[in-house]
Amino acid sequence: MADTLVEVQKQEIHGQDHEHHDQGFVSKYIFSTDHKIIGMQYMFTGMLMAVIGGYMAYVFRMQLAFPGISVPGFGQVSPGEYNSLITNHGSIMIFWVAMPVLIAAFGNFLIPLMIGADDMVFPRINRLSFQVFFISSVVLLISLFVEGGGFGGAWTSYPPLSANADYNQTQLGASLWLIAVALEFVAFLLGGINFITTLMNSRAPGMKAYDIPMVCWMIVIASILFMLSVGPLLAGAVMLLFDQTLNTGFYDPARGGDPILWQHLFWFFGHPEVYVVLLPAIGITVEVMATFSRKKLFGYKLVLYTAVATGVLSFFVWAHHQFIAGIDPRMANVFTVTTLLISVPIAEMLFVMIATLYGGSITLTTPMLWALSFLAEFLIGGVTGIFLGASGADIYFHDTYFVLAHFHYTFFPIAIIGTFCAFTYWFPKMFGKMMNETLGKIHFWGTIIPFNFIFIPLFVLGMGGQHRRIYNFEHFPEIAGPEYFQLREIATIALLIMLAFQAVFFFNVVMSWWKGEDAGKNPWKANTLEWTTDSPAPHGNWPVEDLPTVYRGPYEYGHPDREEDYWPQNLPG
Amino acid sequence: MLELVQASTYAADIDRLILLIGVIVGVWFLLAEGIFFWLIWKFRAKPGEKTQYLDGTEKHIKKWITIPHALVLVCDVFILVGAVSVWYDVKQQLPDADSTIRVIGQQWAWTFQHPGADNELDTGDDIFTVGDLHVEVEKTYHFQLQSRDVLHSFSVPVFRLKQDAIPGRSITGWFTPTRTGEHDVQCSEICGIGHGVMAARIHIEDANTHAAWITRSTAATTP
Repeated sequence: MADTLVEVQKQEIHGQDHEHHDQGFVSKYIFSTDHKIIGMQYMFTGMLMAVIGGYMAYVFRMQLAFPGISVPGFGQVSPGEYNSLITNHGSIMIFWVAMPVLIAAFGNFLIPLMIGADDMVFPRINRLSFQVFFISSVVLLISLFVEGGGFGGAWTSYPPLSANADYNQTQLGASLWLIAVALEFVAFLLGGINFITTLMNSRAPGMKAYDIPMVCWMIVIASILFMLSVGPLLAGAVMLLFDQTLNTGFYDPARGGDPILWQHLFWFFGHPEVYVVLLPAIGITVEVMATFSRKKLFGYKLVLYTAVATGVLSFFVWAHHQFIAGIDPRMANVFTVTTLLISVPIAEMLFVMIATLYGGSITLTTPMLWALSFLAEFLIGGVTGIFLGASGADIYFHDTYFVLAHFHYTFFPIAIIGTFCAFTYWFPKMFGKMMNETLGKIHFWGTIIPFNFIFIPLFVLGMGGQHRRIYNFEHFPEIAGPEYFQLREIATIALLIMLAFQAVFFFNVVMSWWKGEDAGKNPWKANTLEWTTDSPAPHGNWPVEDLPTVYRGPYEYGHPDREEDYWPQNLPG
Repeated sequence: MLELVQASTYAADIDRLILLIGVIVGVWFLLAEGIFFWLIWKFRAKPGEKTQYLDGTEKHIKKWITIPHALVLVCDVFILVGAVSVWYDVKQQLPDADSTIRVIGQQWAWTFQHPGADNELDTGDDIFTVGDLHVEVEKTYHFQLQSRDVLHSFSVPVFRLKQDAIPGRSITGWFTPTRTGEHDVQCSEICGIGHGVMAARIHIEDANTHAAWITRSTAATTP
């Protein structure tokens, strides 16, 4: 039944779209229903937002290392501006960079290509998803320039601070921020529906559940987690908006409300959200590692099951963000148990990835360097999380820079390393050209080395008692000593270096796109279906009479029965 | 490394727990990274060499995952026992107090209500201060944490103590200072534009100095 409905809708839309092939620029690139173009729209919007988020980090890191200076390109940072900068840096990097790039951009681009479909199941819902997302980005950017300035109550937006303009002094900024976030959720719900239905219904003939490339599974599991967790927060956001604008009292204790309620709703979403962005990054890394070590994935089902286990467990750990927030202290014990338990599937997943390298033939191309560094760096983020999940240690570490450094060691590998990994790996398929390897490696080392110099000092500062979201540490004598400021300066200078090296990336993209070597269909000699069509893939992905059929799993590298060391999924026999 | 003194009875316990976790995860971390880089080196591409076709479903291969997997679980149990016992001591139980103080957060200052000479809160001789908390060393205190407006968090790094303040509630906790000195009190939950200046100091005094401070402050506030 679902199948037929889907087919009918697809045919209708494609019937219409195929009638006018000589579309103009606007209908082809702005109002497109082609999953690849929508993927690119998401990606370039996400990258633009990443530049803005990076600029914000630059401004507030300058203020932290050199308090009171006039930051070049910004000016002096006032406390209100500082709060707004950190709030929007966090919101942008998670909601407008990690989500659109990892899930929406690569989900859209990869899922139909990797499962042998001509497009998403609901191309118009897909287009709507991007349009809503684009509007949400515009609303967020506008919120920075309204009277009173942008919202400055942290990306977690805890009431009563966020609920009442008397407290946050950003009446309009707070509401616009909230509306932007809510719109962004709507966009991803629409996109998620598409990913799930497409994977369920549009797979190439012969592609069974365990023949699906891991990255598609991961994006779909992430979409399911997102759909299950975002509902309560969306409801919570509406209540918060009512508190802000209609003077209701959902979170106001003076009128029978409870500020802690928001924290529960927020983190019930917020923690699964971590895995919503982690899983696609793991999927990307797995694809790249298999290709460049020429190895079958060590335990396909193991990776899949641990991802599902992680997803399920992630719904039972949220209160570890609230150990010291005033919840019943007995609750903390329960959530310590669940939080420590989640280390088991995640560790197992990482072990499987490491084991995949065994017996391989590893080539350190740029995408492979990104994939390996994802693992190396994410491990640091993973093990430092244990300190925070253990309630007793969290009493001290909560809301310090230790937390900040910890989640940057998870989110940076996820959102930045994961993105570069996928981008450099699939660039030939997206644009039909090879990227320059030398520039790619310069950019890689110029990003990875400074990254560690930014956040290792912040771990140390956090252990030294430095707390978060403070615009000038000179007010706290114990953490204002010269040794503390030295560490802050190291972090800031490393950030400047890292940001400067991003120019190499953009230069490489433009030059490779313009003058790069032609990629051909399958430059990496990989197995999955996207490499069986032209680069870039045409509208409809394959000629209609020539859609691929699948005969085996996606990671058949080095098969003993075969001369070649790879065995594409679509080859019969 | 930055040195921060331990000035409460449980500061050392928390530091020990952090060290325990550090050792356990440190070993895992070094082991995982070590094997990881060794594999990258050992199995670097060599011309003409074919890769091994393994898929990790056979038992003798899978054990390389299942054994570490079980060990992770064992380590988790150790960490859990340590974490819960420290947590219980600091947050879940309440030893008898020698004195009770009230800590009130508001945008953007800490107000401290000391019990005064009669050692009872909410009596005429209570001493109110803004930004300065005076306590006596080796005495066990209960604190009642309150907020007048938004969330704040009462954080004393040398005690390793942190607790959020919530408007509409009074949250009780405890500490016993173990050494005299003057240290930072932070607000560690973002509370608006002035969050970065919401600093206070805690003065941990010996019995004589503390008594003298009470006398002096009572004299100053008595009409």
